[in-house]
Formats: sequence, structure tokens, C-alpha cells
Amino acid sequence: MEESLVPVTLTVNGKAIAREVEPRTLLVHFLRDDAGLTGTHVGCDTSQCGVCTVLLNGEAVKSCTVLAVQADGADVLTIEGMEEEILHPVQQGFWEKHGLQCGFCTPGAMLTASYLLSTHPHPSEQEIRESLDGLLCRCTGYETIVRSVQRAQEIMDERRESADRETRAI
Amino acid sequence: MADVIGSALKRHEDIRLIRGKGQYTDDMKIPGMVYASMVRSPYAHARIVAVDTAEARQVPGVQAVFTGRDLKDEVGMVPTAWIPPDSDMKMTPHPALAYDLVRYAGDAVAVVIADTPYIAQDAADLVRVEYDAMPAVTNPRDAAKEGAPLVHEDIAGNVAFHWKAGVSVDEVFNKAEVVVRHEFRQQRLVPSAMEPRAAVAQWNAATDELTVWVTTQNPHIHRLLMSGMLGIPEHKLRVVAIDVGGAFGSKIACYPDEVIVSWAARKLNRPVKWTETRSENFTVTTHGRDHVEEVEVAGTKDGHIQAIRVKSYANLGAYLSTAAPGVPTILFGLIVNGAYAIPYASAEVFGVLTHTTPVDAYRGAGRPEATFLVERMVDLYSEAVGMDPLAVRKINLIPADAFPYTNPFTLQYDSGNYQGALAKALEMVDYQQFRKEQDNLRKQGKYVGIGFSTYVEMCGLGPSEVAGAVGFQGGLWESATVRVHPTGKVTVFTGASPHGQGEETTFAQIVAQELGLPPEDIEVVHGDTAKIAMGWGTYGSRTTVVGGAAIHMADQKVIEKARKIAAHKLEVGEDDVAFDQGLFSVKGLPARTVTFQEAALDAYLAWSLPKGMEPALEGTAFYNPENFTYPFGTHIAMVSVDPETGDIELMRYVAVDDVGVVINPMLVEGQIHGGLVQGIGQALYEGAEYDDQGQLLTGSFLDYAMPKARFFPKFETAHTVTPSPHNPLGVKGVGETGAIASTPAIVNAVMDALAPFGIHDLPMPLTPRKVWQAIAAKGGTH
Repeated sequence: MEESLVPVTLTVNGKAIAREVEPRTLLVHFLRDDAGLTGTHVGCDTSQCGVCTVLLNGEAVKSCTVLAVQADGADVLTIEGMEEEILHPVQQGFWEKHGLQCGFCTPGAMLTASYLLSTHPHPSEQEIRESLDGLLCRCTGYETIVRSVQRAQEIMDERRESADRETRAI
Repeated sequence: MADVIGSALKRHEDIRLIRGKGQYTDDMKIPGMVYASMVRSPYAHARIVAVDTAEARQVPGVQAVFTGRDLKDEVGMVPTAWIPPDSDMKMTPHPALAYDLVRYAGDAVAVVIADTPYIAQDAADLVRVEYDAMPAVTNPRDAAKEGAPLVHEDIAGNVAFHWKAGVSVDEVFNKAEVVVRHEFRQQRLVPSAMEPRAAVAQWNAATDELTVWVTTQNPHIHRLLMSGMLGIPEHKLRVVAIDVGGAFGSKIACYPDEVIVSWAARKLNRPVKWTETRSENFTVTTHGRDHVEEVEVAGTKDGHIQAIRVKSYANLGAYLSTAAPGVPTILFGLIVNGAYAIPYASAEVFGVLTHTTPVDAYRGAGRPEATFLVERMVDLYSEAVGMDPLAVRKINLIPADAFPYTNPFTLQYDSGNYQGALAKALEMVDYQQFRKEQDNLRKQGKYVGIGFSTYVEMCGLGPSEVAGAVGFQGGLWESATVRVHPTGKVTVFTGASPHGQGEETTFAQIVAQELGLPPEDIEVVHGDTAKIAMGWGTYGSRTTVVGGAAIHMADQKVIEKARKIAAHKLEVGEDDVAFDQGLFSVKGLPARTVTFQEAALDAYLAWSLPKGMEPALEGTAFYNPENFTYPFGTHIAMVSVDPETGDIELMRYVAVDDVGVVINPMLVEGQIHGGLVQGIGQALYEGAEYDDQGQLLTGSFLDYAMPKARFFPKFETAHTVTPSPHNPLGVKGVGETGAIASTPAIVNAVMDALAPFGIHDLPMPLTPRKVWQAIAAKGGTH
């Protein structure tokens, strides 16, 4: 059953990762088992729950629906790559507004939220709720996730404004 | 320093979880690790004729294939840990791997262990099992009928136990002015924690020790039960659960899977990992609820409820899971009078076995079922006597001056002000105005409804003496060690095992407040039997109530020792030393002080301790509660129903909960929200369905309707605070209130909306199709 292995190279969180994988290897298993990035979780086997969501070339995708070989050459962002010098606004928002309890769906929730805010910088509450349609969370009841996304958006605005001020000062 | 208790501190556990650095069981990777995949029965009831593993064994990378016969003489039966007294309970022997009969679709018959999970799954598909299929039964009342297929050959009528409580109510019913009878189907639910279950076992041949990382709510109970099954003494068995991705009762039970991988790890002397798929989670991980209930209420014509009689058939599935027998009996039957001063009550429960997935605790565990039936019956009774359901509630709620209140089952409700919570909820909702609008809208062919749930529940499990009296095979106290380090930093060890509730933060707040330390100086350790001597875990909204109280007691021991050290240093008697906000001072001479940190350092240096004092500074306490705690409140749901489609829109949801003293309001609100969505999920969306062959028809998230973000409005929450008089912190527990209270509030609201159609009840979940069909059957809107 272990047919020929296929070489793939992905850029994950800015680092090139080259491995030889079975053609059937799911991206989520590549990330967890081959790249050792266990922050991305597996919550179902029918692509319903969204906890495995990552950004693939900037777009939110369920990494259980993509084969590693399909992602060959792609840029992947996982939860481990969100934080730069300080917490990503979405991470900060989730922390401040209690957007997580058990934390298991959180990686998927945060990457979904960051994709939403990258495409719709000022979503309405209803838009946020609809953007979470591909995500199942059993702990929070979703409302604190909505608040977390709203807070993340405020933080993004604040950081943009302060960056603008610094630019003007220079 | 501002009070730490009562402040909305950001969670300590989030620091790792928002960075993807949590340690869930499936994240474990150990060199040399191999992977297990289970072979499960597709039949609900069948005799195993033969198991052929030859082909599977030939797959490259397969290390071993084991069947039920391999484990039969080496692994004990999976036990049941709750035996309700006077119920004539029969045990249901549950082999970890079935070897003669399979009793539900999902029962494991073999395990394949291979170098990778993919190979293990491939090879599991190649294990050939020959079955002789037999008829199955899935409904509990059908299963108890004569001639039903037997789940266990020696348990007649499939009745595992017959339990009764309360007082005789026959005379009250015979003389009553009004009797209302109704039957409810409390449907089966799938707990659906987002993290599937998993186990990793590692055998250390040098020390004969087994370490098992497992998704559990109660590592010490797991250790105790697995020790018996595996024949490994408790001091050689370590159970670890660091981050657990939600549980809701489904990770209380000790399952065959973790026992199988533990046995295999020792057999193969290799670390073995097993992680269930979501499909396995649906078919194997315990389900919740599933009762058929016959309920009667007797009362006067003017709204006084006099008696309630309940007869319930509880579906327990194919085997009695760890806590299963306690859920539909003690946690249900003893509180069917709810928050009402109903003088007479009786409950009778048949615990029935069927060819379905075992049923155990699911958020609320017994109390949602009790609350649902009494809250629905109050509405049906109100209708029967032609009174407003709010007015009937006001008449029958236990008055505030009646506490402690002894209910007909001799439970003592600790404290309450039910009218206070109701009044607060009515400040948030203009009830009379809603009724006026409802009338106007009905004239326009629009149907809105309002529903109440004025609930009480029992939690904070619980007094160990009571645990023993009701047949729970364990204690229900909790342990805490507060270890102060020489620099005044603190490690707290708790026997509770939080898995999302946030007690790493809540417990740090308790210690920070009591010892006067910054919360960031306190680390809370849980979920490891090698670090924590003993504990009973997290369920039954007990963690902060019981575990928190244990920490409070341990804090007092630390303070008293540190006070002696400070007094010695200050050269005064210890009675002359005050302690406030981390500072010991001489009473009346506030300038003479010793900091808590200085006292801690002195305790460890031991250069100059009071005569006879042992060095070091730590307190260990074991808190055994006097009573359960009884949170309560009023929930109000407002819905609109579209008669053309049967669609239900939740317009507003108001929840006023009294959970006693609130330690972290942000976390408490989070618990309530989560519970609400699960309770509303039961009312409107969720339901596990079997066909008559015992096949689960709702076996994935495609078929089982999980609540989503867009289904809900903003929740409106508020509190009243009635401290528990017997809990040292005054807390009552909040983990389950939302799930307990919300289901009947929603159904009451929908039935209120549908009243003009003459519809009085519909079985949950209230799907658009069911609602539309009911309206159509009554002649529709035309």
C-alpha cells in the first residue's frame, strides 16, 4: 500500500518544508505529522467542523479537504505563524473577549476570522456570524467569538492608525 | 489592591491555546510510537462466528492484530461505577473487545496496530469478521416489553434496574380537582465535544509502570478503574490529561479503547496511540438523555400544584457506562418537582438496555430531563386551568423565606430567592406589552410566543456520604495543595480536572485574593495523577464549588503557618498579627510588617522558625461538601414561527441566573452561553435517530444538526447573587445551568406561539418540517 512517495515543498509560516509523502496524505496530516505543527486540529472526517482551517495562499481552507500534494508550492499559515512581534489582533481579540474555552476549535476559528477581516475589514455582526458557518464550536455559544472578531477589528484599526501616525511623524 | 475575586481576568490557559501550543492527547508523539485502529461491528446485534486477521497481518507496517479472544483472559470487564441502591441492578459485562456477541453498531471486535495511522486503518478494513446478525431493539419502552430481543441474555426484559423514590401520591391524584397527563420523549443527543477521544499508552519495562495520556474529565477515576481492568497497581499507573478539547460528560466514562491500547503497549513494549474518528465518536462515545417519560400533575382549579408523578424509561444503551445508572435516577428523579413547592412527588425509573450506543452523562445529566418535564408540565397545567403560566409560576415557586427547603425527595435546597430572579428577568422583558403585541400580530397571521423556565438544579457534586448512600462507587470530595515556593510564587495542585472551563484562572484568582499575591505568580496544575495525589475530576458543575473550596481551605493553612512565622519575626503573639493583602502587620502598629514573601523565604531557610515548627510552606486540604449546591434562575425565550415554512426564529433570549458568588464574570457568562446553545440545540436542532436495525442514522455532522453561529441572537444575561450558605466561597456552580434551563423555555415559547392552532406539544427537536406538518394537520393558516 505504501506506493511511491511524492516530494512536496510547502512554505509553512514562512519556512520551506520539503518532505516525501504518500499521495493520499491530507494537508492537515502533513502539517501535524510531517511538519510537527500540532496547533492545527482534526475535529471531524466530513469537512464540517472547520477546526482544521488554515490559510492557503491567503485563503481560509479546511486543511482536511486538501491533499498535501495539491498544496505543493503553496504558502500556508497556521496558528503557530500568526504571532509576529506581538500577538496578532485576532489572537489578542480572542484572549480579551473570551473567544475560547477548550481551545480545540480556536485555531480554525481564529484563521477563519483573520481571513474574514482581510477581505471584509468592517463586517457587521450578522456577517461575522455567517462567516463562521463553516465552524463548529461546542463551548462558547459563538457570541464571545463574535465579540472577539469585533475586538480584533478594533485592534487592527488602532494599529493601522498608530502606524499612520508614526509614518506622519517621520 | 482591587479585589481579584469578582474581576473579569483574562484566562491564563489562553496564553498557550491562542498560540497553538496546547497539549491535547493526539498531539503526543513518542519515538517508536505505533498507531491503533479499531475494527467495529456494523451490526447492532450479532453473534461473532469467526474473525480472520490473516490478510490484515500481511500488510507491510502492521505490527499486530488482536481480537477479543486475545484480550479475554488478560483484561477485565469495563466496569460500571454507579449502583443505585434498592434498584436490583444487574451488571452488564462489557469486554473491551467483544468475543462472542456484539450488542451495538460500533462494538469493537479487533484492533490493528501499525506503523502509521493510515496503514492501521487500511489493515483494519482487511480484518474479515463473520457475523450472524440478530434482531435489535432501540426504543427503551419497546425493549422492556415481553418478547423484545434481549441485549444481555440473562437480563430479563432488558431492565437493568428499577428505581423508585418519593412518597405515595395516589390519594392526592384521586382527590385532585385537575389532573394533567402527558408523555414526553426526551430525545437522544450526541455530546459532540470538538476534540475526538484519544489515548496514548507507554509501558516502561524497567520500572513496570504504565503512563496513559487520555482525553478524560477525571484522571484519578480512570486510574482506579483501569488499574482493576489491567491488573496494574495504582502506584504503577499514571494517567495524564493536560488539555482536553471539551467533554460535556462524554469523557467521564472509562472506555474500552484506552484499556485496549494500554494492554497493547505493554504487550508490544511500544508506545501506542489511538485517536477516534468523528464517525467513531458518533457511534461509540457515550450519548446523552433518551428517556420516554409519562408525567402526571395534580392540582387545584386555581393554580396550586399539589403533586407530580413521573414514570420514566431511560435508554442506557447496550452496556451500563461508568456513571450511567446515576444519571436517570439520582440526578433526575430526586428533583422532578423543580423550583416549585409541590408537596407530593414520586418518581419511578426503568433503566433499560437496548442495542444502541451506551448512554451516560451529558451536560446537566438528569437535571435537564427533570427540568424539562416540570417546566413543560407547568405550562400544560396552566393551560388546563386557564391561567397564565407566569401567574402559575408565581403561585407555586418556593418562597424565599422557606430556605433551606426540603423537597419531597428529602433533598435540601441550600438557599434561594426564586422570585428575585424572576423579578429581575421581568425587568428585562415587558411581559404585558409582549402579550399585547402577540395578540395584534396573530390578527395579522404572525405567530410569536414567549416561554419561561424558572428552574433550579442540584450540582457541586457532592457530599461523599451522599455519594455512598446513592450508590456512586467513589467519594466526591476534592483535594488541593497550595505550595508556596521560597520566593513567594505559588503552585496549586487540584484534583479537579478542568477542560475548557478556565479554572487555571479562577483558581489563581482565589489564591491571589486570599494570599494577596499577583495572579501571575500562581500556577495551577491539574490532570496528572503523578502530580496530584487524589481527586475526583470535573463534572456536575463541581470544579469551582468543591475544588475551589478545597483551595480556600489549603490557603487558610498556609496563612496560619505564615502568620506564626511573621509573629515570630515581629516578636509578638500570633493573635496580634493581622493579615491583609499579602502583608502581615502588628495590630495597632501598621508600620511593623512582614510581607508574605518574606515569611515564605523564612519558612524555607528555617534559620529562625518558631520552636518546633517544620520548615517549608504549603497547605493541603481535602474538602468534603456538606450538601449539594442549588443554582437557580429565570430564563425567558421569545420566538416567532413562520407558519408557511415551520421555521422558528429566536427573537430574544433572557437568562437571569443565580450561581452564588461569581469569581470571574467573564468566564461565568461564557459557561452560560455555551450551555444555552446546547440546551437550545436540543430544543430546535439536535437528535440522534436509529433505524429499527439499530443503525445510527445521524452519524456525522452532515446528519446531526449542530448549532451554528448564525442561529442565535445576542443573549441577554444577568445575575442575582444568593451565596451558598455551606460553601466557604459562597459559589454554587455554573457549568450546566444554561443547558438545564433553556430547553423548556424554548419549547414553551414555541408552543405559546402555536397555541392558536391548537398545538400543545411536539417532540423535540422542533424542526421546521415537524412544525409545518403539525400546523398543516390542524388545517394550516388558510
